[in-house]
Amino acid sequence: MDFNLTPAEEAFREEVRAFIRENLPKNRGDFAGVAQWQKKVREKRWVGFSWPKEYGGGGGSVMEQAILKEEMAKSQAPPLGSCFMGLSWVGPAIIEYGTDAQKKKFIPDILDGKYQWCTGYSEPASGSDLASLQCRGVREGDHYVVNGQKIWTSIAMWSKWMILLVRTQTQVAAKHDGITCLLVPMDTPGITVRPIKNMAGGAMFAEVFFDNVRVPVENRLGDEGRGWNVTVSALAHERSSIAEVQSLLRSLEDLKKLAKACVRNGKPASEDPGIRRRVAKIDARIEAMRLCGLRFLTKQLRGEPLGSETSINKLIRAELEIEIGELALEIQGSRGPLWKGSDVVPESGRWQHMSLSWPEVVIGGGTPNIQKNIIAERVLGLPKD
Amino acid sequence: MNFGFTEEQELLRAEVRKFLDQNCPLEEVRKLAETESGFSRDFWMRMAELGWVGLTFPEAYGGVGLGWEDLVVVLEETGRTLFPSPLIASVLAGNAIARHGSEAQCKRWLPRLASGAAIGSFAHLEAGDAHDPASIALRGRREGAGFVLEGEKLFVPDATAADVFVVAFRTGDAEGALSLALVERDAKGLAVERLPTMDETKRTGRLRFERLLVTRDALLGEPDRAAHAIARMLDEGALAVTAESIGAAEAVQQLTTRYAKQRIQFDKPIGQFQGVKHPLAVAYVDIECWRSLCYYAAWALDSAPADAPLAVSRAKAYASDAFPRIGIESINLHGGIGYTWEYDAQLYLKRAKWMRPAFGDADFHFERAARLGGL
Repeated sequence: MDFNLTPAEEAFREEVRAFIRENLPKNRGDFAGVAQWQKKVREKRWVGFSWPKEYGGGGGSVMEQAILKEEMAKSQAPPLGSCFMGLSWVGPAIIEYGTDAQKKKFIPDILDGKYQWCTGYSEPASGSDLASLQCRGVREGDHYVVNGQKIWTSIAMWSKWMILLVRTQTQVAAKHDGITCLLVPMDTPGITVRPIKNMAGGAMFAEVFFDNVRVPVENRLGDEGRGWNVTVSALAHERSSIAEVQSLLRSLEDLKKLAKACVRNGKPASEDPGIRRRVAKIDARIEAMRLCGLRFLTKQLRGEPLGSETSINKLIRAELEIEIGELALEIQGSRGPLWKGSDVVPESGRWQHMSLSWPEVVIGGGTPNIQKNIIAERVLGLPKD
Repeated sequence: MNFGFTEEQELLRAEVRKFLDQNCPLEEVRKLAETESGFSRDFWMRMAELGWVGLTFPEAYGGVGLGWEDLVVVLEETGRTLFPSPLIASVLAGNAIARHGSEAQCKRWLPRLASGAAIGSFAHLEAGDAHDPASIALRGRREGAGFVLEGEKLFVPDATAADVFVVAFRTGDAEGALSLALVERDAKGLAVERLPTMDETKRTGRLRFERLLVTRDALLGEPDRAAHAIARMLDEGALAVTAESIGAAEAVQQLTTRYAKQRIQFDKPIGQFQGVKHPLAVAYVDIECWRSLCYYAAWALDSAPADAPLAVSRAKAYASDAFPRIGIESINLHGGIGYTWEYDAQLYLKRAKWMRPAFGDADFHFERAARLGGL
């Protein structure tokens, strides 16, 4: 075992750190600074860093990706690139399955963050069981005519494009077949977006309705009926969950400060043995997640296949997001159920908001029960139900 | 960046696994558990000959000169088959002698410990059952250049098998005024007694000291200065049982997974029900978590000692918390058969109950981790 970096990796880390020292905007509200930051990280080719160079990406190795992510997360830097979904899965899918015209049209815009993409996968009756989706796409000449509904579509109201899964065939042997992936401009006639207010009071996601929406055939990504494969990218992303770990570590440090600051039952919460143990348990689980991530990274570096065991970290992260929010409220005692708007609630109600916001990350990428199914079936080999 | 084992370490794992599978499957473990000594002298000598007992001892004294990173590989395997032996006790005693012993002490004990001819152990806990070295109450009364011990030590691993004990005792009022002595099995004033255990593959006992004289040259290291040495020994012990628990927990998780694939109820294998598959997935996740924590702690003991206490506490706390739950869940998932003496699941549940308090339970280690983490 060896946790040191090679001289070249060390030099890369130093380059990243120096860049951050020089260019980090003072805060997220500094819009001009953030815009300047986005321009500079783009020049460095750190936007789409894992993508091949021929597509304008950085061609970063798995280890370099991990270093870049870790340093950025540690310094709480703005994201590398502003088109989150485009960079996370739309771009990789286009690189892998797109036509030359599609690559030329979309990839540079995603890297430049010209506009947002949203993701039309989930439907009212197809959540965890995504492949059962029913939104119809019917071929009519050189168009697909789309009818149906999507839901839980994050930032649909601010997006210019959507990556959309529709059912183009209903008589299929397996439900994963007959699904087609389309790239759809959100201003196409027939699309209606209705934001959904979440339990924290905000509205990040929406319902999207399709009423005879005509999508040109040249906007199909991949072959007709093979849309399911398009959603699974084979690009070599590092999978150490290092950015998530850094964000959890920051929450943990804030949680410790909160425990020292909050008086509950007449004494600081940090002196309560039960609270101390729960904080330590969270600490141990974050560390376990960090180290499991390093084991995955080691496997990737050795060129060994990395399978569904990475669901371990998805599951731990989900549980930690919930537990940190819960513990933060318990630490606050009677102040816990307050909401922002008075000086009695600590830190302007930040933890209250957090304790109602975890579903965004916990449910979005597959619920904890789905992660358990994945581990049980794909790692332990238990029969599918 | 490499958080994985080397080819040599993987070879060592394969070698240990082969040895244990060929010589000491669970039927054999059950037989040994019923004997008075609880382990096989023959297997012990052969293991020692293969270098596994003296793996971490210096080469100059008959050891192999490797570290905890290598030893966890061996311990994971001995845990997998619940292999009964005084390995952990002997290693901890030997490591303490290697680190703090005089030339004469190293010469006298290490080659014999490494070869298996002698067995070591250590005595730390007392009736107060406090793992923190500062709580050691047994007093050494000064007499000439040495000390006289009067009192008892409890929960001494493999006490009846050991030939030499590293004994921790108090030599002053200051919290850290502690000393270590090497006490031989046949010393005048020492009585050793076995305490029956629920998990009979693990042995423990009581030492009674009646005017036992510790001469100056029986002291291990300087008097009044042993606090660090004791703390290190406890960290090594906590890590060792955590490593064993990885193998044991994985074995019972696999046993239960196999059963869930075969057992048919309601016309399906029960492993198809989420009520069965989810606990198994959670067990897998927990084992992988404390495996990662344990490997890192092993590396820290070898290569970053300042980080080791926190790393060890995280690993041991996690294991002590999760392993007993996995043991109980395994019995539940099996149903009636899991409750029988004949079926192996119960052996692992007992091991979980044995390891839970060993070298500090989850409460102790989470509290220590909280303190070390600045809370």
